[in-house]
Amino acid sequence: MTKVSEKQVFSMPKCLNDVPTHFCPGCHHGIIHRLVAEAIDAFQLEDKAICVGSVGCSVFIYNYIDVDSVEAPHGRAPAVATGVKRARPDAFVFAYQGDGDLAAIGLSEIIHCANRGEKVSIIFVNNSVYGMTGGQMAPTTLVGQKTTTTPYGRSPQNEGYPLKMAELIGSLEGCAFSARVAVNNIKNIIKAKKAIKKAFLAQLKNKGFGFVEFLSACPTNWHLTPLEANKRVETEMMAYFPLGIYKDIVE
Amino acid sequence: MSSKKLLVKGNEAVAIGAIDGGVECYFAYPITPQSDIPEYLSRELVKLGGTFLQAESEIASINMVLGAAAAGKRAMTSSSGPGISLKQEGISYIAGSELPAVIVNMMRGGPGLGGIQPSQGDYFQATRGGGHGDYRTMVLAPSTCQECYDLTIEAFDLAFKYRNPVMILGDAILGQMKEPIVRWKERSIDPNEAIKWCLTGKKGRKQRIIKSLRLEEGSMEALNEKLMKKYKDMEQDIKWEEFMVEDAEVVAVAFGSIGRIVKSTARKLRSKGYKVGVFRPITLFPFPYKQLREVAKKGKRFITIENNTGQMVEDVRLALCGICETEFFANMPGKVSTPEDFIEPIENMFK
Ligand SMILES: Cc1ncc(C[n+]2csc(CCOP(=O)(O)OP(=O)(O)O)c2C)c(N)n1
Ligand code: SF4
Repeated sequence: MTKVSEKQVFSMPKCLNDVPTHFCPGCHHGIIHRLVAEAIDAFQLEDKAICVGSVGCSVFIYNYIDVDSVEAPHGRAPAVATGVKRARPDAFVFAYQGDGDLAAIGLSEIIHCANRGEKVSIIFVNNSVYGMTGGQMAPTTLVGQKTTTTPYGRSPQNEGYPLKMAELIGSLEGCAFSARVAVNNIKNIIKAKKAIKKAFLAQLKNKGFGFVEFLSACPTNWHLTPLEANKRVETEMMAYFPLGIYKDIVE
Repeated sequence: MSSKKLLVKGNEAVAIGAIDGGVECYFAYPITPQSDIPEYLSRELVKLGGTFLQAESEIASINMVLGAAAAGKRAMTSSSGPGISLKQEGISYIAGSELPAVIVNMMRGGPGLGGIQPSQGDYFQATRGGGHGDYRTMVLAPSTCQECYDLTIEAFDLAFKYRNPVMILGDAILGQMKEPIVRWKERSIDPNEAIKWCLTGKKGRKQRIIKSLRLEEGSMEALNEKLMKKYKDMEQDIKWEEFMVEDAEVVAVAFGSIGRIVKSTARKLRSKGYKVGVFRPITLFPFPYKQLREVAKKGKRFITIENNTGQMVEDVRLALCGICETEFFANMPGKVSTPEDFIEPIENMFK
């Protein structure tokens, strides 16, 4: 009998709770949660992190990521994060927001938070719909995309155009890092991990505001299988929302 | 500090009270007639190492207060009418998350954009929660510059005692008038005031979550029960003033700057031989129902006077219910009141 020695090469991030997920099958929120948790571990921020949760499918983030957390009203996470960071400059403050939350109702808060150069990090999940409320149009819904409130497809004449947040935030003076990433394949996941770390470093090095936009799949409200939804991220979303780094003055 | 006498506006008295009351983070948005508060704090709070930030809106400023309060700091914002409407969502979340915060409303005339003239039109909004859901803010109504100072200091203590938003409800008259105040309190900050519940990062303990979402079976019920008990407990901090009530035949009920003007009216009427007293609620929530009822039991007649179309009068009626009625005299929002305005309506009570 030959002896096999096993070596663990992959494990749960330390600050990620081992609990059943409430996300739908094929949803990218779970992967993004994991990447955030990995970055918290990597910089050993578990003990000094304060997470600002938002309203949307990610509302239970505090059940998954085991750090001190406060819940913000819909869209207001950047203002709440500002309050936390100004009150505790030594804490590591990050917020996690969906596209309805950040780019519609909370557009003013995110722009001004970035423009002030608040030393906070924002994780922005763009799945081109309002997930939690049942798949209505988001400010990032693509032209022609059918949602429960654009049954004939989003029309620029009626609803205007999808907002490109990573570019918009990247154009602001107070922003130290802005990137758009995806988690649809391993290559992109590796790039996404690097981007989160850079956004965190912007805060840790006191350089300014850090922002990472994730293109994310919502199979449920896209009415696609998980595999088809994963594919749509590449075929349809990346065509309008190009991946890349839009601002980086961290180093 | 040896107590110092200063000649200041009501708004400045609030700002000085905030400083001496230990405010650490103040988040602003300009609106008349309260802008002296942010202007004063932008100058003075930063000198003391506190945070002053002018936000992009009242919505942002109240949410910054929420964040700073969650981090355990004495946090405050101030505004007037239209701005307070915008803050209501945040105030509801602060109440639902059981966080302490001080919110100042220097009322102006409304509805809508209204005007910058005096008004007490936000009484309902202040005392009934104001935003969505079943909550209350504690409401303190100063009537002099000294009270602006004293009650702002006290507001912070009450906010932390109950872990609940506390509102200072002033108005354009009070904010703009100048009076001497005695500055009696020395600023001191207890860094451990909130250490049992606030967010610091979880070093050495378990994760803390501050939220108002209650989806788990029975948890919303439990919160509301807890809040109800809290609001009941607040009754131990009810404040009011009785002015020449003892032998009065007619008692005028009025709050804030009107309460003080009606006191002048009462003095004038006393000199003409009319036995007039004034009952002035200082906490508007909780309202001094029992205290007013006790006065009513002594067989007085009542007139409620407000700088609005009739809001506090409903609480007065509740207090008097089954004993007697109250007359109501409205000085319309937008009109600056003088003691003379109230002579005739009170005199009529003696006819
Ligand atoms: C003031 C307010 N308006 C509306 C809602 C209802 N609501 C809850 S989640 C949500 C949108 C969530 O969409 P998004 O931010 O895109 O996040 P996702 O669920 O897709 O992750 C809305 C409109 C709310 N909670 N508060
Ligand atoms: S509705 Fe969409 S975003 Fe929400 S959990 Fe399901 S797949 Fe994810």
